[in-house]
Amino acid sequence: MDLNFTPEELAFRDEVREFVRTKLPADLSERVKAGQALRLEDYRRWQKILFERGWGAPTWPKEFGGTGWDPIRLHIFEEELALAGAPKPVPFGLRMVGPVIMAFGSREQQQRFLPRIVSGEDWWCQGYSEPGSGSDLASLKTRAERQGDYYIVNGQKTWTTMGHQADWIFCLVRTDPNAAKPQQGISFLLIDMRSPGITVRPIITLDGAHEVNEVWFENVKVPVENLVGEENKGWTYAKFLLGHERTSLAGIGSSKRELGRLKRIAREETKNGRPLIEDPLFAARIAQVEIELMALEITALRALSAESKQQAPGPEASILKIKGTEIQQALSELMMYAVGQYALPFERHSAEENDFASIAGPDYAAPLAATYFNLRKATIYGGSNEIQRNIIAQRILGL
Amino acid sequence: MDFTFTNEQQLLADTVQRFVREHYTFEARREILRSAAGWSREIWQELGGLGLLAINVPEEHGGLGAGPVETMLVMNALGAGLVLEPYLGAAVLTPSFLTKLDDAAASAELLPLIATGERIVIVAHQEPNARGELALVATRAERSGDGYVLQGKKSVIAHAPTADEFLVTARTSGKATDAAGVRVFRVPRATEGLAVRAYRTFDGQCAADLEFERVRVPSENLIGAEADTLAALEAARHVALSALCAEAVGIMKAVNDATLEYTKNRKQFGQPIARFQVLQHRMVDMFIHAEQATSMSYLAAIKCQDADVQERRRALAAAKTLIGQAARFIGQQAVQLHGGMGLTDELMVSHYFKRLTAIDLTWGDADFHLQKFAEAL
Repeated sequence: MDLNFTPEELAFRDEVREFVRTKLPADLSERVKAGQALRLEDYRRWQKILFERGWGAPTWPKEFGGTGWDPIRLHIFEEELALAGAPKPVPFGLRMVGPVIMAFGSREQQQRFLPRIVSGEDWWCQGYSEPGSGSDLASLKTRAERQGDYYIVNGQKTWTTMGHQADWIFCLVRTDPNAAKPQQGISFLLIDMRSPGITVRPIITLDGAHEVNEVWFENVKVPVENLVGEENKGWTYAKFLLGHERTSLAGIGSSKRELGRLKRIAREETKNGRPLIEDPLFAARIAQVEIELMALEITALRALSAESKQQAPGPEASILKIKGTEIQQALSELMMYAVGQYALPFERHSAEENDFASIAGPDYAAPLAATYFNLRKATIYGGSNEIQRNIIAQRILGL
Repeated sequence: MDFTFTNEQQLLADTVQRFVREHYTFEARREILRSAAGWSREIWQELGGLGLLAINVPEEHGGLGAGPVETMLVMNALGAGLVLEPYLGAAVLTPSFLTKLDDAAASAELLPLIATGERIVIVAHQEPNARGELALVATRAERSGDGYVLQGKKSVIAHAPTADEFLVTARTSGKATDAAGVRVFRVPRATEGLAVRAYRTFDGQCAADLEFERVRVPSENLIGAEADTLAALEAARHVALSALCAEAVGIMKAVNDATLEYTKNRKQFGQPIARFQVLQHRMVDMFIHAEQATSMSYLAAIKCQDADVQERRRALAAAKTLIGQAARFIGQQAVQLHGGMGLTDELMVSHYFKRLTAIDLTWGDADFHLQKFAEAL
């Protein structure tokens, strides 16, 4: 039992720090630290820099172009990047479809798709949720019918993050509507977003942003070689992917960075002529979140070291998802309340770039309310926190 | 003890509810939101036509001289419709302030115009870093010739862009947080040196920061007696806080209804999600929060004109604390229970959530009022 990093791990941390110090573009880290949303080209730029250093896929094994790092090194790497204000990893390629293709894809699919994810040439989005199938994902209706060498896909996906920007979408589709159980008739298809018959419509969210989309499929022809694994076995792959998604949602490094930002704002703001951070009630609110975050970090490290002994993340990942997202929301809430009345003015510089201009009050106040509203999604996506509690109840507590 | 409303009060509530139902549909509201001004003078005149702008104006000045209970019923209904027009500021705070200030000439001139909706007058008081604190006025009014020169800044003044005229607090003596030395000046919208930087707040309402750069006003624009100014402002804010609490309660009931309806219709795992006990208990907690908020809104309405200022402060701080907390819980959980749909601009629920959040942030959030209450234990 030792909670300290080994000398080798500390040396690795220095190496990562040095890399970030010299290679992370200042304009990117400034946007991240100020809570401004990033554009696709920002993510592209950063992925290229990581790729050139050989760190394009930190979570992947070496044989697929990854780093082969153990969970502790991964944790150090992710934390250093997040603290420095690096763009957060986009999960759809690296954390979702990548591991599925590695585990269940054909040799050809691995060679075709994986290198382009690591290099940042291809960007992916996720075709899981449908209007009638959210928490009850297995009830999905998007249909894929085999016709010769193709599947013909018809249906609709929704809440598709980056759907308007991605090159590819990985989709759960129903290939056998007559299967005994809904889970049994599902397949996992990789679909080129440029295929004729795909229509992407924006969904504007409560913060005025365009992040998510509806994706419509009308007689979209998908070559059968884009089927991952076996037909009608897609549910197994889907669950494997969801486990990976949950672990990546804890966001401990970025929460630590946001905690630092909260404290800076609370030192800057005044209440009755004194810094807000000296207000006993507000200080206690910050302390409460910081303590939760300290606990979560150790919980995450415990889960990661257990994970390294298994194939896929276990149900413990749900703890990380629940606590991680609650902490993210609490931090965004405190930051908004920290600026008092200046949380209210709300104007976008440019809706497309999700940039906020300070129209009244300090610059740091401008994006805070939008972030607070936006982050309500965190307890809904990736399996709502209610669903995560069901997973813990059923699979850990055996209820 | 009697919690029933009179027939007149019930009639008033029905009238406003019907008006909101017929004139403030989601689509109609969206049109107003998308317009350049962000509010509708036509709606304002209709509210005037219904007599709603006269509720807080005394009868001697052409008003109805009704009380906080009537205001509460109106605000419940305006809240449910997320009405964007400046009712809280122009029809509650301003007439209450003028009435308490009791400046005969100003009341005689302004209150009748306010009662009909012909003139919109907005109180410009809040300054940067106020965080809900009432007695913070750094804006200066220096004597100069036969008038005054105003210099200073007012921050996030709700509905300022709708104003024809402002009632501006400024200090003729003392430090920014002194209780004495604060006076009120009438300042028409089009006054040289006054910059109104207009914007929307995240709930879609309009607001502005006001900058006074050597703004000259004649002596007759100074209204009220010095000794009365802050006390009158506090009394008016108590009435307005009570109205704001009532608005929040109107929204809470509407958003709880919407959530109940949604979870009964949304089916997952072969049944309405409202069948799941975890969601039932959540909605029970939302309901309890709304009931507790309703009770505190009643208390606020009954106490907001109490002669005992300590009693008033205590009641309003308690009400705003509990209602701010309830607003946060209900708003967040309503979105959560709507799932992805709760995050879209397309449903009313996200708009309710944003207004509830704005209400908590207005004139001191729940923690601010909790501390005020605690200090007076």
